[in-house]
Amino acid sequence: MKDNKNTPIWLKASAVYVSSLMSALFVFITVCAFDGLVRSGPSLFGSVWNPEGGQFGIMPMIWASGLLSVSSLVMGWSFSVGCCCFIRGYGPKWMAKLLARILRIMTAIPTVVYGFASVFLLVPLIRNGLGGSGFSWMTASLVLSLLIMPTMVLSMDSAFRTIESETRLTSAALGFTREQNIAMVVLPASKQWMWSSALLGFGRAAGDTLIPTMLAGNAVQYANTPLDAMRTLTAHIGLVLSSDVGGTAYLSLFVAGGILLFVSISANILFRLVRRKSL
Amino acid sequence: MKRIVVSVMLAIILMASSAVAAPLDVFKGQKGNLDIAGGTAHIPVMKEAAKRIMSVNPDIRITVAGGGSGVGVKQVGEGLVTIGNTGRALKDDEISKYGLVSFAFAIDGVAVVVNPANKVDALTTQQVIDIYAGKIKDWKEIGGEPGAINVFGREDGSGTREVFTEKAINKGELAPSVNVVSSNGAMKTAVAQDKRAIGYVGIGHIDKSVKAPKFDGTVPTQENAANGKYKVTRNLYMNTKGEPQGLTKLFIDYIFSSEGAEITKESGYIPLPAKK
Repeated sequence: MKDNKNTPIWLKASAVYVSSLMSALFVFITVCAFDGLVRSGPSLFGSVWNPEGGQFGIMPMIWASGLLSVSSLVMGWSFSVGCCCFIRGYGPKWMAKLLARILRIMTAIPTVVYGFASVFLLVPLIRNGLGGSGFSWMTASLVLSLLIMPTMVLSMDSAFRTIESETRLTSAALGFTREQNIAMVVLPASKQWMWSSALLGFGRAAGDTLIPTMLAGNAVQYANTPLDAMRTLTAHIGLVLSSDVGGTAYLSLFVAGGILLFVSISANILFRLVRRKSL
Repeated sequence: MKRIVVSVMLAIILMASSAVAAPLDVFKGQKGNLDIAGGTAHIPVMKEAAKRIMSVNPDIRITVAGGGSGVGVKQVGEGLVTIGNTGRALKDDEISKYGLVSFAFAIDGVAVVVNPANKVDALTTQQVIDIYAGKIKDWKEIGGEPGAINVFGREDGSGTREVFTEKAINKGELAPSVNVVSSNGAMKTAVAQDKRAIGYVGIGHIDKSVKAPKFDGTVPTQENAANGKYKVTRNLYMNTKGEPQGLTKLFIDYIFSSEGAEITKESGYIPLPAKK
């Protein structure tokens, strides 16, 4: 911040450009969301979505978005921590290398591939094995956790790698094995990175549209068991937007979008606060 | 040698494409804009036609927008677009107020479908109403193998859903537990895989992967939809303000040409002949 003088003008200009674009987006969504809020009134916070009947309840969608992103995050994050420990010390070297390579490849796989493969592989498995239609909270959550894993692992692992190489010799001198070093030294030391990777994962999980649209069934109801179908806010926006332009139903989508924006901003702020405290 | 093969192939492709492009010849030398809006079911047909016309003649610009039947009537009536599409016949006051002329060019039929392994091969209106309202929950209640019914529907604003709700279940209520998919293709995938599923698709989309049981005693086929025996249908209309002129007339004639009918069929509808 002190070296402002030396910043090239084009860099400043692009920074101003990007931030003004972002704030324009915020203002646009807020204004439209307010319009939607006024027009659809209290019915917005009911649980019936029936635009023809003037009911625009998006509560089931909010519930579904929350449930799906948190459950995917918990699953994905736990696996990510496991993967990182495996790569940095617990697993045999060749397997660790293989796993790291696979995870790297996974970041490049388009979401639609996960969705499409799951429709033909995972959905029938869940339908025949556990019941229901197979399009459910559980299906979407399993795939979503897989989807957010590579990003989380890669961001966690960059911290793990640095800290591990910094501490390995010292811990070895103290008589720690590699595994003990990971568990006792590296894990606690990279706490803030684990938080920030959870933030990354949460953002992706809450914002993903394709996986819930293709796999969660999209029924407008409160999902109570993992086998129930659900419709997330993102899937809802996608489904209604594909056909409707204008009108109250359309404007109510901005409220849904505004809520998503609000959630991701508060998650960001929250995680930042936590991170600052841990520093 | 390779060069010869390639040039022969190119020649064949060129010949084939010029042969296909024949009905498009009338657009050569034309110029201007054509704006189309309204019913969403029409969009695939309109878009494909527009694409073909614009690729033979880049001087013509055609825009295609959705909005629904109401928007179609309003915009064409007020002169905002040249062709306003509707998925229903015009009301008398709409015709008199704006002086609109209608061209029905396709039949859009919708059939209830189940998995090919499902034993049920006839359904009544009442049964379908009860299934979609969540009152009938198990296949054994309507003579199938015991097992919970997995109900699939389409998203809000889908033309297929509109026909289904209005003509098949008489605007009956939909249970919140109905799963929603967003295309005819996704519907077929869902039903083809699931022995306990029920859904609905445009008649043009029915193939071996799904089974369409008799609906109130009538087999949902293109023929039965065309001759009026099968009731869950609607006509798709293009509407113009006054008799169409110039480019607008050419476009409408093109939709009624053999190639236009082909596009209509590919989009899953039954083409109708032009009224003389």
